[in-house]
Amino acid sequence: MTAPAKIQTSRRLSFGLRTRITAALALASAGTAIFVLLGADFLGVIQLFVYVGGILVLTLFAVMLTHRIDVRVSNRAVGRLPGLVVVGVVATWMIRVARAARWTEGQPGPPAATTAGIGDAFLGTYVLPFEVASVVLLAALIGAIVVSRKEVKG
Amino acid sequence: MNELSLVHFVVLAVILFSLGLFCVVTRRNAIGILMGIELILNSANINYVAFARYGRGGYDGQLFAIFVIMLAAAEAAIGLAIVLGIYQRFETIDVEATDRLRG
Repeated sequence: MTAPAKIQTSRRLSFGLRTRITAALALASAGTAIFVLLGADFLGVIQLFVYVGGILVLTLFAVMLTHRIDVRVSNRAVGRLPGLVVVGVVATWMIRVARAARWTEGQPGPPAATTAGIGDAFLGTYVLPFEVASVVLLAALIGAIVVSRKEVKG
Repeated sequence: MNELSLVHFVVLAVILFSLGLFCVVTRRNAIGILMGIELILNSANINYVAFARYGRGGYDGQLFAIFVIMLAAAEAAIGLAIVLGIYQRFETIDVEATDRLRG
């Protein structure tokens, strides 16, 4: 690899990495802000923890481990125009459904702490989904290890 | 319409969903596709919490959103593990290049 090509590659890598980190951070913080705005403080903190501590770090590892990024942005799967058509059709359909629906909009009360109520619900009404979720997480953990470990020959 | 209402959050969710769908449809980079899926799941979460707040109240919407976040984390772990496996075998994360199972 010649020197200019190497510089080009490293610049592209850092660019992709930086945009991706910025996008993930923006996703985490904006989601947190919206949840807090909606009076869901516990959910906002969970969003921050899971996205910054889990998904952002995982994405970072994946981007850095697959360091030879040879998929350019111009290399699109279906092209920009068909993608826009698909998105436009789906968005129009969603807006039509949302406009046709008649939902009753109540007046929300002042925001209150939600942590105790969520904890009660998890250990009361939703105790079975809670336990199933823990099994799912364990399965995902084991599955990720099995999928990503190196095969031992012989 | 000066203060925030349910419509604002629904519109925001539609916009987020559209961006995520665009990302999933047009990307060939597997990690980019996974991030698009995260966007779509987040738009669903915003809808859950918004309807819970402006509807009947209660914690049901927030509980569903917590389950969705949990599944998104599991999906990210599995998906990125698969991406790493694909990279080890094919030396690329272009989803179009991994066509060994194509008949």
